[in-house]
Amino acid sequence: MKYLQRRLAHSILLLISASVFCFLLSDLAPGSFFDEMKLNPQISAGTVAALRSEYGLDQALPVRYGLWVKSVLRGEWGYSFAYNSPVRSLLIIRARNTLLLTSLAMLLAWLTALPLGVWIASRPGRWDDRLSMAGTSWLLAVPELVLALGLLYVVIRTRALPAGGMVSVRFENLSLRAKICDLSAHLVVPLTVLVLASLPILVRHVRASMTEVLQAPFIQAACGHGIGQTRLLFRYALPAAANPLISLLGLSVAGLMSGSLLVEVITGWPGLGPLLLEASMSRDLYVVVGVVMASTVFMILGSLLADVMLVIFDPRVRAD
Amino acid sequence: MGIETAVQPAIKPALVKTSGLSKKYSQGSPFSRKKFAVDALVDVNFEIASGCLTALVGESGSGKSTLAVCLAMLEKPDAGEVWFGGEEISRRSDRELASLRPKIQMVFQDSAEALNPRFSAAQIIAEPLAIQRCRSLKQLRTRACELMEEVGLCADWADRRPLQFSGGQRQRLAIARAIALKPSFLILDESLSGLDLSTQAQILNLLLDLQTAHGLTYLLISHDFSLVGQVADFVAVMHKGRIVEHGARWQVIGNPQHDQTRRLLDSVHVMGRSFQAAHGGRQR
Amino acid sequence: MHAQSGAAPWVDSPLLRVRGLTARYVCADQTEPALAEVDFDIARGEIVGILGESGSGKSTLALSILGLLPTNARLEGSILFQNQAHKPDELLRLDEPQWREIRGAEISMIFQEPRLSLSPVMRVGEQIAEVMRAHRKGAPKKQDVEATLRRVRLADSGRVSSAYPHQLSGGELHRIAIAQALACGPDLVIADEPTRSLDVTVQGEILNVLREVNRESGSALIFITHNPALLVGFADRVMVMYAGRIVEEGPVAQVFRRPLHPYTKALLQLVPQRSEPSDPVKQRLPVISGSLSDSDRLAGGCAFEPRCPARGDLCRSELPSTIKLEGGRRVSCFNYGN
Repeated sequence: MKYLQRRLAHSILLLISASVFCFLLSDLAPGSFFDEMKLNPQISAGTVAALRSEYGLDQALPVRYGLWVKSVLRGEWGYSFAYNSPVRSLLIIRARNTLLLTSLAMLLAWLTALPLGVWIASRPGRWDDRLSMAGTSWLLAVPELVLALGLLYVVIRTRALPAGGMVSVRFENLSLRAKICDLSAHLVVPLTVLVLASLPILVRHVRASMTEVLQAPFIQAACGHGIGQTRLLFRYALPAAANPLISLLGLSVAGLMSGSLLVEVITGWPGLGPLLLEASMSRDLYVVVGVVMASTVFMILGSLLADVMLVIFDPRVRAD
Repeated sequence: MGIETAVQPAIKPALVKTSGLSKKYSQGSPFSRKKFAVDALVDVNFEIASGCLTALVGESGSGKSTLAVCLAMLEKPDAGEVWFGGEEISRRSDRELASLRPKIQMVFQDSAEALNPRFSAAQIIAEPLAIQRCRSLKQLRTRACELMEEVGLCADWADRRPLQFSGGQRQRLAIARAIALKPSFLILDESLSGLDLSTQAQILNLLLDLQTAHGLTYLLISHDFSLVGQVADFVAVMHKGRIVEHGARWQVIGNPQHDQTRRLLDSVHVMGRSFQAAHGGRQR
Repeated sequence: MHAQSGAAPWVDSPLLRVRGLTARYVCADQTEPALAEVDFDIARGEIVGILGESGSGKSTLALSILGLLPTNARLEGSILFQNQAHKPDELLRLDEPQWREIRGAEISMIFQEPRLSLSPVMRVGEQIAEVMRAHRKGAPKKQDVEATLRRVRLADSGRVSSAYPHQLSGGELHRIAIAQALACGPDLVIADEPTRSLDVTVQGEILNVLREVNRESGSALIFITHNPALLVGFADRVMVMYAGRIVEEGPVAQVFRRPLHPYTKALLQLVPQRSEPSDPVKQRLPVISGSLSDSDRLAGGCAFEPRCPARGDLCRSELPSTIKLEGGRRVSCFNYGN
């Protein structure tokens, strides 16, 4: 318990310093939300100045930070200039959309990578091993951007699937079953890109970790006791190979909020990605800070999850 | 239970002395509130005579390895003092100890784990010399080859990796590394366990030769009484973190005082006696 | 050498019959010899010691009986094993599914270093249960596992069964390795240096456990070691191996009282003698000078010749044949007994 308390305190400290850092950097970046208006000759400088002071942008940095913290504690999480609403309502919808995409991608990627990695580790040097190594190398080399564009091109050409967005225009009027079909159809492209992008790293790590464990004497001993191949791989080898994979899982969870930015922008998925991009470009300060904080929370959760899982799954860590 | 410190025959002065040495290790899970402490060393008062081979015998968990790392200044004891050559060393800072470290060296049990598998044999032996900035690169290699020959390894193998050697050859390599800095005190922590009988005998003979040539003082740690009983000058027996018996070899083996000593001797002698009965007595 | 089907039952035949076993490791273009023309029999219920040092081929022999050699090993010869259906199996011609039925259930191995041969992330009782599950139908019950642990005289079988290997002492782990090997009642158990790096006090206990288990279960035991002292009062017969060949064989008491092969003699002299107070302070230990090198193995004659105190002119060029003597003894030497 003391351990968890310590981690919690550490995490809060991390969140506070992340928010300060983010605020500082955003402020240091040149320009503000109302700079666009300055370029418009029809709006006087006085109006701009008045708007700035109305939104509190002319106050000192620490004061603004204090006001933002108060807003967070109130549950609003700051205010968006562009959308004219508290950041919270924006964030929640977008975050939900992102999480839907990324958690499905993570699930699919891991469910594919684990058995695949275990299988090819058990057959080193054979044709399937060489094929998957070549395949993963190729996938690693191809940028996410290219994968997304390529897939979009195919989809547009064949008209097989909707090319972007999350739901169709008539979504609200569909039956439940049709809604699910529609959503799934829209999910295919971004999901495929995300899974293909993360698969090679996972497969290689699983393979590497398993290959190392399969050399261990206890595997030969279990084989000597007549344990079958499947049980040997999944009951003996995989749990012993799990440590680096658990850390990797923590990283996957950590990236749930932030890993899909590019894909969302290209496929038009209404998640945090496009929101962050928009807000950064228009200097919508508090939205940027809000999104970054959401990512940070997930990063912290991810690493905490990995540490807790390590203690649960590895009895040797428990003994220390 | 008091600690018996046997009367030492005053032949040689003590090179290493400990007084009241204690060390605890704590164990427990990060999630549980309970942490229990293990007494690794309890009030150890011990002397190692200069130029002699002192054997430290005891079961697993009796604290032998903990005593070894405290003597080698690899860990600081919780209480008590260690003297080396008349100077107190357990309270010194790392910087002060730097000049003393070449004089105390250690050879570990598992040579495959104690030697860097990516280094060549010559690099392993020359490493301590390089750390102490003794010589140029060319001189390092020459010195490394000399040391290899001294421990009975062929200098042509200087570029081989440790895992290409056999277990006995690896231990010779570890010994060469240990004597590279011309130490006066060598601690051998179960360095002979896990080796074949003939390899053990060869390595022990090598150690005896090196002792004569360089005037080394040895602390030989083992759980095998039969092995040490042939080469030790003094024997100390450890049990649960304490030294329960200490004296000249013939005193401890011929006339054991403590139950633990008797127990260790018995298990060895039972096998030895039946072997001798089968083999027909002493051959020497 | 194959058995005829439908012939007389093999009840009186040896449990294991090895003839002409030769093993080589092939890597790149090099060939490393490991075993050469090994012949021996193992009868039901007997304890046979294999005495040899590193490089003698004893581990290769153990692994070849269980078919666990790496893929670059080439085996020749014949290993006939009388399985529990009383039919002979040619072990060198089994495929993986057949091996999986035999390993752990009919022939079993106690591996060196239980700390390494047990899975570090599974409870010990679970690991024993896995062996049972692999060979019997249905899930093994907790009582079965604890019964196995009691057979090796492990007190507190409940605590031990739910512990992980790193929580147990060396002696306990060695007993668990024995329990795992016996879990399915094999006819032949191979123990590969089961007491190496154990405290001397615990070594004796483990030998006692092995002896009792052998008496109770009637399974044969092949005990591989480098220390002759362990075989006294324990093994029935001993086979001495050097450079992949059996150089001497016979009942333990006889071989130790009157060793015939020079290597056996030299090996027996290495066993530390009890030191008397009257011994001089320090003396150099007896050794077998030199060491086994690859060229010795590949030379045409006896591999021990360079180190042999009794070597003759013939020994370098010709391989000594096996001479059978009375009392079940064999020796491969031109100058045996000298």
